[in-house]
Amino acid sequence: MKQTKLSLWLASLCMVLFLFACAGSEGPEESGEKKEEPKAEESSGPVTKIDPATAATITGKVSFDGEKPKAIQIRMDAEAACATLHKEPVYAEQIALNDNKTLQYVFVYVKEGLGDKTFETSKEPVVLDQKGCIYHPHMIGLQTGQPLKVLNSDPTTHNIHPQPQNNREWNKSMSPGVSPLEQTFAREEVMIPVKCNVHPWMKSYIGVVKHPFFAITGKEGTFEIKGLPPGEYTIEAWHEKLGTTTQKVTVGAKETKTVDFTLKAGGAVS
Amino acid sequence: MIDGQTPNSPHGRVWLHRFVLLTTGFTFLLIIAGALVTGNEAGLAVPDWPLSYGALMPPMVGNIRYEHGHRMVATFVGFLTTVLAVWLWRRESRRRVRKWGFIALGTVIAQGVLGGLTVLFFLPTAISVSHACLAQAFFCIMVSLSLMTSPSWEDSADKRVPENRSAPLRWLSAVTASAIYFQLILGAALRHAKSGIVLHVLGALVVTVLVLVLVTRIFKQYAKYRVFVRLGSTLSLLLVGQLSLGVGSYLVRLAARDDIQPATVMVTITTAHVAVGALVLATSLILAIQSHRLLSPSLNIMPLSSAPQKVAP
Repeated sequence: MKQTKLSLWLASLCMVLFLFACAGSEGPEESGEKKEEPKAEESSGPVTKIDPATAATITGKVSFDGEKPKAIQIRMDAEAACATLHKEPVYAEQIALNDNKTLQYVFVYVKEGLGDKTFETSKEPVVLDQKGCIYHPHMIGLQTGQPLKVLNSDPTTHNIHPQPQNNREWNKSMSPGVSPLEQTFAREEVMIPVKCNVHPWMKSYIGVVKHPFFAITGKEGTFEIKGLPPGEYTIEAWHEKLGTTTQKVTVGAKETKTVDFTLKAGGAVS
Repeated sequence: MIDGQTPNSPHGRVWLHRFVLLTTGFTFLLIIAGALVTGNEAGLAVPDWPLSYGALMPPMVGNIRYEHGHRMVATFVGFLTTVLAVWLWRRESRRRVRKWGFIALGTVIAQGVLGGLTVLFFLPTAISVSHACLAQAFFCIMVSLSLMTSPSWEDSADKRVPENRSAPLRWLSAVTASAIYFQLILGAALRHAKSGIVLHVLGALVVTVLVLVLVTRIFKQYAKYRVFVRLGSTLSLLLVGQLSLGVGSYLVRLAARDDIQPATVMVTITTAHVAVGALVLATSLILAIQSHRLLSPSLNIMPLSSAPQKVAP
């Protein structure tokens, strides 16, 4: 009798574990398939066409004020597949200071001033590559609903794991040679940290906004936001370590205005 | 039945006890493996569960080594616990011990499910902290089973001595063990939620005071009883080590706050802090169990001076 009870108990246990196994396993690869986010934020009106006859431009640069921060070397020695991909030391890009004391990887975007206007979403995918066990580029910008295409160019396995607060979180494995992964983000969010949990030094950021008026500073520390309708705007510069700063600017039809930012350690100044 | 011996034979009991000790040892290793996962930020290195990258054995690269290594040790502990539960159910004569075998099995299953859920839901603090706390609870169950199946457990049944009414050990040891478990919960919350350092420091103060009072009482009032003196000394030494590791963990965390990846020294010290914490808890639990087993309030009328000189071997 006791043995029968035990057998029943163990059979039930096996069934529960089997159900968990079926429910929990995602399978070896998720990449190659396009996953849609929940429906994008509802637009409140018709799509605003950018009129080349009146489109304004905002340009500028983001400077760094302060002592040059010490470069942080990434230790890849524990992962031979990554270490052998580099002949020179690799440094973290969290504060990428250019030679002209400007900053690379600052997300500059129109934070306020567009009201309820909606704009056509670009269908062009933005590529984020895992190459040399580093994300290339370190920072990208997307419109809501615009495809993000993730590649794995490395001879090793990665997982890609965005950690949003306002969008659906996901975590996908990508083995070497796997087909690209496509995802979208439904809601505006500045910024979404992206991490590879297999290689914890791999970090990236994705800025998601509802409009196409954003830019990321490059090796000269400059940015350019084109095609803006004339109006008064609040522009924000976002940096992962140095914080954010904003400036107000008014642009007229076909006008080009320069807005420069300065960021310093421990806080931001315009 | 081992080597033709019945489980109630001394030989059978010894083998059962050895098996419990083996399971307890692997449970301790499992706690260390879990701490390495957290320290190396490897909790989500394997996105799926219960399989790993859709397979039983994924490519063991980077942090997958820690996460999948943890899963492998956990699976082995689950297997050992299942064997133990069946062994106890079939061969153990004491109903209470049989029951604890099944409680251990239920706990290790719940722990596995919690571990899977925390991966599938991207490490929510509540589930991760519960996973850490249940690990310590399971370790306590295994330590208790190790005591209950030890050959000396039955032998000492008729050697109960009266508790010194002016220096009660039973309730104090139980309160101390409970406080240490609560302190481990606060530690897990600090580790996974990265907040609450003040509470954890206050908890450390409370635990230190309780252990000091407990150990002082042992050395003053129960110095004749080797079992209590040994446990009190071990608890004191472990606590000193644990407090040092706690300060060390805080300092290395502070120094590493701008690091791009977990530093080896930080992972080593914080993992040691988790492991020694488990040992402090286990020692306090053994002390509480032994106090309740070997000291009898019902015999309070007997003066301590007339009690046997040695309680347990």
